[in-house]
Amino acid sequence: MLASLLGNPAVMIMTVGALVGIAATLVGTFLVLRGTSMLSDAISHSIVFGIVIVWLLTHQQSGPVQIVGAALTGILTVFLTELLVNSKRVKQDAAIGLVFPLLFSIGVLLLNLYAGNVHIDTHTVLLGEIGFVWLDTVTLGGYEVPQSLLSMGAMTLLNALFVGLLFKELKLATFDAALARALGFAPGVLFYALLLLTSGTAVAAFDAVGAVLFVAFVIVIPSTAYLLTDRLALMLAIGVAVSIASSICGYGLAVRLDVSIGGMMAAMTGVFLLLAFLFGPRYGLVAQARERRRQRHLNESRNLAVHLYNHEGEPEQGEENVARALREHLLWSHERSRRAILQALDAGHIQRQGELLQLTATGREVAREILEPGRR
Amino acid sequence: MSDHLHEPELALHVEDLTVSYHGKPVLWDIDFDIPPGVMAAIVGPNGAGKSTLIKSVLGLIPPIAGHVTLFGRPYRAQRRRVGYVPQRSSVDWDFPTTALDVVTMGLYGRLGWLRWPGRKERRSAMEALEMVGMQDFAGRQISQLSGGQQQRVFLARALVQNADIYFLDEPMAGVDATTERAIVNILRRLRDEGKTVIVVHHDLQTVRTYFDWLLILNVRVVAQGSVESTYTADNLRSAYGGQIALLDSEAFISRAGSEGRESGHDEAVDTGADRADAAGADVRERTS
Repeated sequence: MLASLLGNPAVMIMTVGALVGIAATLVGTFLVLRGTSMLSDAISHSIVFGIVIVWLLTHQQSGPVQIVGAALTGILTVFLTELLVNSKRVKQDAAIGLVFPLLFSIGVLLLNLYAGNVHIDTHTVLLGEIGFVWLDTVTLGGYEVPQSLLSMGAMTLLNALFVGLLFKELKLATFDAALARALGFAPGVLFYALLLLTSGTAVAAFDAVGAVLFVAFVIVIPSTAYLLTDRLALMLAIGVAVSIASSICGYGLAVRLDVSIGGMMAAMTGVFLLLAFLFGPRYGLVAQARERRRQRHLNESRNLAVHLYNHEGEPEQGEENVARALREHLLWSHERSRRAILQALDAGHIQRQGELLQLTATGREVAREILEPGRR
Repeated sequence: MSDHLHEPELALHVEDLTVSYHGKPVLWDIDFDIPPGVMAAIVGPNGAGKSTLIKSVLGLIPPIAGHVTLFGRPYRAQRRRVGYVPQRSSVDWDFPTTALDVVTMGLYGRLGWLRWPGRKERRSAMEALEMVGMQDFAGRQISQLSGGQQQRVFLARALVQNADIYFLDEPMAGVDATTERAIVNILRRLRDEGKTVIVVHHDLQTVRTYFDWLLILNVRVVAQGSVESTYTADNLRSAYGGQIALLDSEAFISRAGSEGRESGHDEAVDTGADRADAAGADVRERTS
């Protein structure tokens, strides 16, 4: 059973894809909320330098030592960036843009010079090749286990442990770093730990999705979840669900259309983002448009109540407080007047007395609250 | 630690403190003390270093020189006894969390590393929300609150810490009159319970009504002590220079002597024009 699952390329590809998404989402959520998600772009590029150096030293591309070694390059990127920012001669975004292309280009040059005949080439550096993850296996307890599955599984577990154990600390440090520091929770250390895990995840995911696509998983998935909820814990849970869905849909579509599997998975994260952007329950465009319309209609009936209140009991009441006046005095369309009257009737703000629109006690209260907000 | 207390009878003791912010010293050799059980205002023009002072006391900005003690011990040893309300603009209110959750964060210090807040913590947080009249908004996402409501949530987060000394950075900035009154009432109650309340305040006109202790700051300490003894035209002019004219009107001039009235008036004319760019640096020049 397990052997057949492990030997099934489709299952392995989708599992690794989902794990890349989950591991990336766990750290990416905090990066996105902190407003430093583009650091992940810098990290995922500069680890190429680390991977090549580690490969030159150990002639191994994967394994725990390799992951840690290459991940340190990610931290080096962040460290160099902050060094430049602190010099006050370069702004943060420019500093990021200075550091990672340097490390990335050195990495690519070293690759050209020394690794011409191995399977890390510039194409896979950028996009990875998730379609082949099942080919590179190691034997573990009698099973042939894909290398990528092991490293991604380990990183996902590590990230989940980190976020699970330090959820409260990460939340506080991300929301209010000053309070976190005042209460003694080293937010700087937490942040560097988060970045180290991001680097490690980038290294582990490198075979599968390369340096560029990785960013989609770190940034796009948490951004999608952010549009769908108001709770941090739910944001992480939704991120996990979107990761799994992107991987499965991405694989299915890629096979059908015969295109890059990793690319399609990343594209699917974008599709989910678009869906959330359009149809999210509270922040989606559709929901917001509907909410604005509801507000407008509500204001019409409130406007009506105020109008009736202002003329109530006055000699021209018979002129003003009739349906006709809404069209002639307020210059409302026929449809708008009818809608406002109907809504006010439904809400029990007014009642009809022949032609006259008569405010009820509730309606009078509504008008008073609008006109004299400071009362009570 | 306990055998070595430095000025234990003072809630806050600051000695020879020099602090720089982004590389520039903004506080030079500050000395001041605040006794326990007072409600103290820190006032001063923009760029005077008020927020920097609070952040430095709380260990958020390391000082270049000098030291700070709270009830005789350094801040690190007194964390649990300190409540802090940062400026409202210092956090991202779109963060996916609720009012109750933000208040619960005040208890994280007491919980320590790794422990999760439980029912007991949520109950304390709820009580703090009730104290500021925000219990109905407990489950609301924080960006859906008005500015005044957000400020109350921040205040509740400090209240839940049940501290002995509270630092508040401009809690009355940008809130409506009702919220301001509510905040002042809560702070007074804390003071009456014997706690020390230290507020960075921007509105000179309310200093005398709200506070009983005053620190006037502008890079150096201009004056410190009870409000009656320190809220004088001379001290304020010395701190604010020409800027004073735009902060006040009668309240200030009526207190100043006839001489002060004359000069206050003249300065009103010349600062009115460059009000927008009257930065801290300008004021420093004028006062020195």
